[in-house]
Amino acid sequence: MSDRVQQYKLTVSNLSKSFKLHNRGGTRVHGFADIHLRLQCGELLALSGPSGAGKSSILKTIFRTYLADRGSVLFRRGDGSTVDLVSCKESQVLDLRKREIAFVTQFLKILPRISALDTVAHPLIEIGETEENAREQARNMLDRLGIRRELFELSPLTFSGGEQQRVNIARGIIAPKELILLDEPTASLDQKSSNVVLELLGDLKRRGIAMVAIFHDQKKIDLIADHAVTVTREEKQ
Amino acid sequence: MLLELHNISKIFGTGCPECLVLTGDDAERAICPRCHSVIAVNNVSLSLGGDEILGVVGESGSGKSTLLQIIYQDITATAGEIYFNGITERSGARTNILSLSPSRTSWIRNHEMSMIYQNPHLGLNFNFSAGGNIAEKILGSGEKRYATIRQQALHYFGKIEMPTSRIDDYPDTFSGGQQQRIQIAKALSSSPRLLLLDEPTTGLDVSVQARILDLTRALQYEMGFAMIVVSHDLGVINHLTDLTLVMKNGSLVEYGLTDQILEDPQHPYTQLLVSSKL
Amino acid sequence: MNENNVTFGFFDEDAKKEIRRAMLKAVALPGYIVPFASREMPIARGWGTGGLQITLSIITEEDTLKVIDQGCDGSVNAVNIRDFILQVTGADETTATPEATIIQTRHRVPEHPLIENQTLVYQVPYPEVLTTVEPDTARQKQMHANVDYAKLWVLLYEDTSQFGDSRISARYPVEVNGHFVMDPSPIPKYDIPRLSNNPALQLFGAGREKRIYAIPPYTEVAPLKFSDRDFAVEDFGGKRCQRCGASDVYLDEVHLDTGVSYFCSDTYYCDTQMETKDAAGTS
Repeated sequence: MSDRVQQYKLTVSNLSKSFKLHNRGGTRVHGFADIHLRLQCGELLALSGPSGAGKSSILKTIFRTYLADRGSVLFRRGDGSTVDLVSCKESQVLDLRKREIAFVTQFLKILPRISALDTVAHPLIEIGETEENAREQARNMLDRLGIRRELFELSPLTFSGGEQQRVNIARGIIAPKELILLDEPTASLDQKSSNVVLELLGDLKRRGIAMVAIFHDQKKIDLIADHAVTVTREEKQ
Repeated sequence: MLLELHNISKIFGTGCPECLVLTGDDAERAICPRCHSVIAVNNVSLSLGGDEILGVVGESGSGKSTLLQIIYQDITATAGEIYFNGITERSGARTNILSLSPSRTSWIRNHEMSMIYQNPHLGLNFNFSAGGNIAEKILGSGEKRYATIRQQALHYFGKIEMPTSRIDDYPDTFSGGQQQRIQIAKALSSSPRLLLLDEPTTGLDVSVQARILDLTRALQYEMGFAMIVVSHDLGVINHLTDLTLVMKNGSLVEYGLTDQILEDPQHPYTQLLVSSKL
Repeated sequence: MNENNVTFGFFDEDAKKEIRRAMLKAVALPGYIVPFASREMPIARGWGTGGLQITLSIITEEDTLKVIDQGCDGSVNAVNIRDFILQVTGADETTATPEATIIQTRHRVPEHPLIENQTLVYQVPYPEVLTTVEPDTARQKQMHANVDYAKLWVLLYEDTSQFGDSRISARYPVEVNGHFVMDPSPIPKYDIPRLSNNPALQLFGAGREKRIYAIPPYTEVAPLKFSDRDFAVEDFGGKRCQRCGASDVYLDEVHLDTGVSYFCSDTYYCDTQMETKDAAGTS
């Protein structure tokens, strides 16, 4: 390895976010301030901290669902170019989300008319996999995550929170993009399922996927994270 | 960029030099206090990529439908230009599609763009069968072989999940949701690069709405055209679109990614709109 | 003025000039409908005043006139029109198609091929081809201007999907010179192929509707049809004219007390066939 500094996949600098509520007389609500993160390919950065500290907001700001007040989110694309997600155009963000950056939400966004299996198979079909192969891989993933076979063809509408979240994670990682943001991936899961998820995240790391994930449990962080950042209400440690 | 709008305005009435300044978002009105003209669209600019889905949201009177009608050239803009990728002058320079001859304008409406209306009577000819309506669009794009026309009409009829046995039935024998689906088939049969939808599911039962939105999404994914969807329903916008434009009093007040508009709205009016969702 | 103190050709010169100018415009724009100020005629509207006005505007004393009604020189209307024209012009008359310089016709094209310098004048009841599919006149004009005949094509599609072919038999829409679509007047489909590349000048006059249009000589005229379907004309199934025995011409179906018979629609053609038969010694 040469001694030039290896480029980071994701570099977050001075990221700050607050919310101005115009319909509440212009009250300003603090989100987070001066966040710095750096991440290379194949690494997982864990965000932890008390409730309301802004962890989800940070992820959403990286994903551009939230607009930052100031700071930058530099992402190194697969072709080597760098883009600042804070200031780039919407078209570019859409392109990145389609091909390079994924967000696994805390709760599954249910499309009521689609089965669990199809929900998980869809990302593979999107990247050109045949329907048969996609469904086969989806079955394997759901098996691994402990979802009962009889639930595969049903809509997740009636699943438990934990089952929904497992479907959600399966969908988020089955056709992994280069950067994945995970909002509390193990929050609703029991110990067994949590471990499977951590295994899967480990697999992704080995494939060179970069991840930023919110965890509450220090044990999990110790197991999987390469970096850990604690977010407090005012500023990071 | 597939579509670019530059400073589009539409004034109903005599108009005066102060119309655009005295109305719009900041002025909180769409009627000019000087000349009493209605400024339905006030200086709107936007651009849209080839496979992007844009939602235009706003309340009644915001100008969103008028904007769509200007793009499709159902009505004439008072000011501004529109550029569409590939529509050029002979020199190769891009040309304002609002200044083209009627036959070139017809060509764009038949080949490049299609529109789906809230009222099926505007989008369908009730004197022709469902298949005839779709055939009209296919014929408009230049096809003159009967077998091909018939086959394509049946093909698109199947795509909208309607039984092909009903292709020769007349539009008034179908339900509202089915009429909308026939509109979709007709609109897509010319393989347009841009599909415009004006409140496509307003007034339909919720379950019917859902099916039509699912269908539209699936077809967009499969065929890869750009879409502009006008709706006052944030649920529709959320379900269908990647980008959202918020209009008030004819002005563009906010533009951004749909999830950003819905979860981190910046403009006071957008915040009000989002918080009003039942 | 002739001996009855009537202007030559019944019209004053200004009237003729206006009609001629309309005709020139029509010839310059094949298939395009030109409005004209249709004059008072001594026959009622709906009886051929349009064709009559055209003929009277172009005829001279040197012309030889033939008038037919559904192919027949001897029908009451044809006779009256012919007599009137001859009375106000002093032109010659004939029933022989090849000898005529001007042929005024109601709803048929003569069976004999026409030649250069002949003029065929059609009597037209309804000049606007789009009326069945678009009743709004403003929109009709726009459709013609944009060469937008989609609605006619959809009608063709509907008929084809329901019946296998167009339901239209007379007044079949034709595309002229690759541009305007026009109504060829109520001639049968059988006559449509004769319109194309005809050496004669074809003029169409609608007196009641006050419109003139034209097909210049040697102009491409094509019936509206799908490129993968044939244009089917009337088929007489091998029937022959009871008088002359011809089988390759348009026949009239006549119901007599003795039953159904067929006769040549074009009476002059039938006469020539009879002469040939007599000459050959058969009867």
